[in-house]
Order: sequence, then C-alpha cells, then structure tokens
Amino acid sequence: MAAVEIAAGAARKETRLYSAAAQKFLAFGGLIGLVIIFSLASPYFLTFDNIVGILLATTVSGILGLGATFVIITAGIDLSVGTVMTLSAVMMGVLISNWGLPIPVGIVGGMATGALAGLINGVTISKMKVPPFVATLGVMMAAKGLSLVISGSKPIYFTATPAVRGLTMDSLVGGLVPGLDVPNAVFFLFGAAILASLILGKTVLGRYAFAIGSNEEATRLSGVNVDVWKAAVYALCGIFSGLAGVIMGSRLNSAQPALGSGYELDAIAAVVIGGTSLSGGEGTILGTIIGAFVMSVLINGLRILSVPQEWQLVVTGAIVIVAVYADVLRRRRQ
Amino acid sequence: MTGGVREPGERGAAGPSGAGTGSTAREPIVSMRGVSKGFPGVLAVRDASLDILPGEVHALVGENGAGKSTLMKVLAGVYRKDAGRVLYKGREVEIPTPRAAQQLGISIIHQDLSLMPHLTVAQNVFIGRERGGLFNLLVNDRDINRRTQQLLAPLHLKMDPRTSVSSLTVAAQQLVEIARALSFRSEVLIMDEPTAALAEAEIEDLFHIIRRLAGNGVGIVYISHRLHELKQISDRITVMRDGRTIATVPTREASIDRVIRMMVGREIFQASPQVPAGRAPEVVLEARHLRRGNVIKDVSFTLRRGEILGVAGLMGAGRTEVMRAVFGADPLDSGEVFIRGRRVHVKSPRDAVRIGLGYLSEDRKRYGLTLGMDVENNLVLAAFKKFLGLLGWVRRAATRDTAARLVDLLAIKTTGPQQQVKHLSGGNQQKVVVGKWLAADTEILIFDEPTRGIDVGAKSEIYRLMNDLARQGKSIIMISSELPEILRLSHRIVVMSEGRITGELDAAEATEEKIMRYAAVRSGGADPLHAGEGAR
Repeated sequence: MAAVEIAAGAARKETRLYSAAAQKFLAFGGLIGLVIIFSLASPYFLTFDNIVGILLATTVSGILGLGATFVIITAGIDLSVGTVMTLSAVMMGVLISNWGLPIPVGIVGGMATGALAGLINGVTISKMKVPPFVATLGVMMAAKGLSLVISGSKPIYFTATPAVRGLTMDSLVGGLVPGLDVPNAVFFLFGAAILASLILGKTVLGRYAFAIGSNEEATRLSGVNVDVWKAAVYALCGIFSGLAGVIMGSRLNSAQPALGSGYELDAIAAVVIGGTSLSGGEGTILGTIIGAFVMSVLINGLRILSVPQEWQLVVTGAIVIVAVYADVLRRRRQ
Repeated sequence: MTGGVREPGERGAAGPSGAGTGSTAREPIVSMRGVSKGFPGVLAVRDASLDILPGEVHALVGENGAGKSTLMKVLAGVYRKDAGRVLYKGREVEIPTPRAAQQLGISIIHQDLSLMPHLTVAQNVFIGRERGGLFNLLVNDRDINRRTQQLLAPLHLKMDPRTSVSSLTVAAQQLVEIARALSFRSEVLIMDEPTAALAEAEIEDLFHIIRRLAGNGVGIVYISHRLHELKQISDRITVMRDGRTIATVPTREASIDRVIRMMVGREIFQASPQVPAGRAPEVVLEARHLRRGNVIKDVSFTLRRGEILGVAGLMGAGRTEVMRAVFGADPLDSGEVFIRGRRVHVKSPRDAVRIGLGYLSEDRKRYGLTLGMDVENNLVLAAFKKFLGLLGWVRRAATRDTAARLVDLLAIKTTGPQQQVKHLSGGNQQKVVVGKWLAADTEILIFDEPTRGIDVGAKSEIYRLMNDLARQGKSIIMISSELPEILRLSHRIVVMSEGRITGELDAAEATEEKIMRYAAVRSGGADPLHAGEGAR
C-alpha cells in the first residue's frame, strides 16, 4: 500500500514541478517579451547606454527585493524597506560628511543602521507578536521621521569625498575592458543576489525561512527557535535595505532624506512578480531579480515611448495584478 | 546534534531484550506521577499518572477534552506541567521544550500533521538538525537525504527524500512523521489519533509498523477515538475522563463496552438502520454517468427520500470528488443530475444550495464554519437572505429566534448563541454545521466523514441526529471511512474504488468483508499507480 501511495505522490509531484517551472517561465518570458516589444518600438531601447540605465535603475529596488524575498517566504511582509534605506543613507552621510569619519566606517554604519531597524522589526513581530504589517508600518514611519530629524530635512552631500560616488558609479570593468563602462553598482546587485541565493538555499536561515512560511507551528514543535530565526530574517532584510541605502547615497552623491517612500512597494512587486508566494513557503531569488527587471524594463520602455509618468504607474500596477493572478490560476489548477 | 542515525533495528540490541513479548517485569521508560496542567479557566489535566513500558502499545482513550492530548503534550515538551513529576528511566526530568523531549528520546506525532508542506521529506525529517559546514550555519542536504533514505528503508518505503511533502498523501505524510520520530532514536513514541485520516488498508500498514517498532522495544502511546482498533493494536488501555486518569487495564481483559462506560459514564446510542417500510419513497436525487478525467469514471446512483445512503471506499476512491461535483464545487466533464426527476444544472455551490443541497465537509473548520464568529451567525449564515429586511438590514430578532430554535433542536452544548464557534467541541461544531443547513431548508444533506476527530459520546449524538433527520424526511448521503459507522447508519451502501461504483449493498446484506471486497476492486491492467500493489 505504501508503495502505491508513494507512486501516486511522485506522479503528482511531476505536474507540480511542471507548473512551478511554468510560472518562472512566465515571468522570464514576460521579461523577454517586454524587451522584444520595446526594442521593436524604439531603436534607442537596445543601445548600450539605455541598457546600463536599466541595470542601474534596477540596483536599488532589486537589492530591496532580495531582503523582501526572505521576509515574504516566511509569510511576513516588510513595509519599512524603503524608508529604512533612506535612514541608512542619511546615517552614512552623517558619519562621513558631518563627522568626517572614514568612508568604510560610513558604509558599515549605514548597513548597521539597516540591520538595527530590521532587528527592531523582527523582535516586535516575533517576541511582541505584533502583526508584520503593523510592526513594519510603524518602523516605516519612524524611519522616515528619523531621516528628516537627523538630516534637518536637508540633503547631506558627499562632495568632499568623491570616493563615495566612485564606489558605485566608477566602472572597474570599464578599466579592464575599455568601452564596457558598466558601473560598479550593477555588480553590487548581482553580487548581493548571489549572496542572497546562497543564504536562501544553503544556510539554516534560508531553510527555516521556508519552514516558518510553510507551517510556523510545526516548525516550532520541531524544536526550532522560531522567534530567533524570524527576527534574524527581518534583520537580514534590514541589512539589504542598508546596502541599498549605501548604493543610493553613492549614486546620488548625497543622502536625500525625503526619498525612499514607495520603494517598498516596488520591492514587494518585484518579489511577487518573481513567483514568491505571499502566503509563504515558496520563492526564489532568481525570480525576484527577474521581477525587478520586469518592473524597470517596463518603466524604462514606457518612458522611452513618452508615456507620461502617471500612466507608467497605472501600467505597473496592472502588471503586478496580472502576475499575481497568473500565480493564483496556477495554484487553483493544482 | 552529532552522530549518525541508528536504524530502529539496532535499538533492539541496545534496548531490553525480549521486549514486546509481554514479559511483566519491565521497568517503565516513562512514569508520569500526579501531573496537572491548567489553562486560563480550565484544568485540563489533574493528578494524572501513567507508566509507559518498553515495547508496549499503550492506548490512551477518553472523550474530547478528557485531557489525553494535553497530558501527552506535557510529556513531549509542548506544554510545561503545573504540578507532578515525570520520571524517565527512573530519573526525574524536566521537559521544557519539544527539543528537550526529542533529545531524551520522546517523540510525538501530533493529531494534525505537523509537517512543513513546502519542504522535502528529508528537510522535514531533519528540521532543526540539518546544520553543518561553515560555523554550523549551512545546511547539509546531501547528508540528510542519505540519512532519510536509511530511515525509510526499514519502513519499506520507496520514497525519494527530495520529494516535496505537499505532494504526498496523508498516509505517506504520516510515515514521514514516523521516520522523523525514528531519527531521534526515540524510545517513546506518542501517536495522537494517527488513523483519523486513514482508510482501512492504510491503517493495516500503520499497525504493521507500530508492531515492529514495539518489537524493537519502543514504548508507544496510542491515542484513538476508534475503539475497535484498540483490540487489534494495544497491550494496555488507560482511560481518561475530565483530566484524570481513571484506570489502566490490560487490553485482553477489557471489553469495549467497559472502556466506553469508563470514558463517558453513560450509555451510548446504537442506531439500528430501519429500512423504510412499505413502498419505496420517491427518488430525490439521481446522478447519471458522471465523469471527470481520471477521478470520476461513469458514476450513477440514486438517493431516496428519508434514506441514508452510505458511500464507502478507500481513501482516494473518488467519493469526496463525486459529491463535490454533485454539489457544484468542482466541474464535471459530463453527466446529468436530477432532483425529484427534474434535470438540474449545478454550476456552483450557490446553485446547489438554492435547490436544497447541503454539503458538510470533512474539514469543518476550514469549509464548514467561520470559527471566529458566534454560534448564532454561523447558524444563519447559509440562509442569510431570509433574515434581511429593508435595504439589507439584518433582522436580529429573526436570527436570534432561529438560532435559539436550532440550538435547542440539535442540543448544541454552548454557553449561548453569542459564544464563538471555535470554543465549541468538535461534536458541537458539527452540529452547528448541520444547523446551518437546516436553517437554509436543505432537503438533501451530504455528510463527508461526519464524525472524524469526534469523541465517542458526541459521535453517538451525531448518529442520533442523522437518524432523526432521515426519519423526518431529509435525505442523507454519508461518506465515511469507518465501516462500523457505515454499517450502523446506512439504509443502503454504495462502494467506490478508483472513481467507479464497484458495488451496491442493502443494509440487511452488508458486512465489513463484502464492503472491503468491493472497495479493493481494481480496474486491472498495467495501471502505473498500482504497480507496487503486488509487492506486498
């Protein structure tokens, strides 16, 4: 009998894998489709400069999406990634420009700020049992306020330390291969993605993120300290927000305290388009990266086609809903 | 966690020899003495004592709320006891966490499977113990896959450790939980209603494994509501009532009746199916040639007024699928449904409700009730339209009256219509679901596993209720995996196997053996799903 059951199980697994692959293909296929459409519509779309522009535009929302992927896999949500990013950039500005500390200290300080904010999220959620939506909403607002308070509502410029901007906007590759002037920021994105992918697939943190999202109570009963690992997931998300803040500050050559709101929605949209389930337990880093590119290619292409910014938002919103609906359809068929 | 996993067979050498053969001079592995555990407002376990011997299957029985699960959760480190002592091999121990229990050698398989469906079999088995490599922060999937394979081998399970658990059947998932327990080299294995979701054949397999584990010296605590199983599998029976351990008796000296009396302290309703006398009443529902893919293959049946039609079969035979399709919850490829001789097109549950069908899902918490709402609102939910006044205003007086009438009619034990449904016992929740359909003037009720997870006392009330409903002229289809239940209540029985109806029996001629023979009918040929059948 057991053998019978297992055979049946295996048969069902095949169809599942098939449709999971279909979903990934859908996001990737969508991306390719967008690229084809826009390159047919505008000769400018596939130029080197524009491609670099797309890559650059993806770095920040992509890195935010990486952290959000972990959180969403645990069936949680983090609304604070955007403003925490801003706060991290402001802290970096304070350390480097106001206090004159060395640049590495500023970078570490910025990322530590993100980690701390994430940890506050994590502890509020796991120990105080505040629902993630509310906890991170609170931190989102608090981080925004702190950014304004600390900076005095004025941008902090890195003009005295050109190396800050060089960090992301110089091109190491361009130095090695003349003509291929891809800014470092792009490699930060891919480096961070590879790191995130390893953490998700190869470490206990990633495994427990899946386990918690899959069945939190069962994970607890299995002897896993769910509270600690959940807090760690939010802290990790905070570190990615901090990294995004450092890159943002470097790219703009300044910490802009008023920027950052709304980025959390781009990040979550990228995660969801990439096939990560909002109900937890499922998700991939590759999917999130594809999702982030779908978003930035779409916005870039619409801009090239002179679609007004207001309409760009409308289209992006529609795409998010379509992506999630495709996922819903897939699940219903199972 | 270091050290490899020993196969269960090795423990036989380490454990007491001759265990499981019924020798009497065995030291208990676990002794619980005077254990109490309370929750706000209720003392769930009071002064309970229990010995678990190596190699015994120790049945723990009692009505819902008697404290069985709570007592075992104390032992498994899920709850901390308020008072009393727990001795492990004669030494007093504290068990503050599930992990502590596992490390002592106590594992529990919870009533509702506690697996992570999105993870693989191996990841589930070794959750919490998959670390290795860099600072112990990495997961070693190759290692846990290999070790899982080793664990599965003695269970005769040909299962890829990398299979996702969500793709396994309930029976296979249960075996994964057993494999997990074995991976801890557990000397005590607690199983909380392991057969609640299994069909007869799967239960046989499970018993086989339980006996082998006991033979290797593992002490097994077996919680079940299916009393007839206890004779088959257990060595001793401990009865709990109102949080206390009433008595422990050797199984061979205990009659089921005596056990039941100890459990409930009252007589149990025995329905005798009465075939409606005289001429056959009208056919209220007829299904002709229903088909859907591989799941429903040309199913036809009839249901008469005032009749209880039992639908028997193994898990996966397609019983639920057929009834869900009749109810409009799933689409059909082809087939016709007639209500009182009139062809109907049921495209959705909404249509079904409108023509007087009610479906009582096996998973009442998920599909039958809105747990956070009160009794009154649950009762009137399906018939809400009847209670709407001007501009959609809810006429509270009417809902209150209806709710009160149904609470009374069905003898729902509740503190009042404002009590939240989630605080009711399983049996009373089931009654609320029944009441909901009655409020909607439902004539045909489909019960899917009506007594799953319900204790003996409440079961008998549900039986009485179904019997009464039929006598009042309601027509009932009852899907059940419990043959005694099918035999006790049904006027007529259809048996399904592999999406077909393979037999139909009158109450008078039906026996467990006949039903099982029909349930085991295979379509023959090289059906890949059943390639393993011959191996056993």
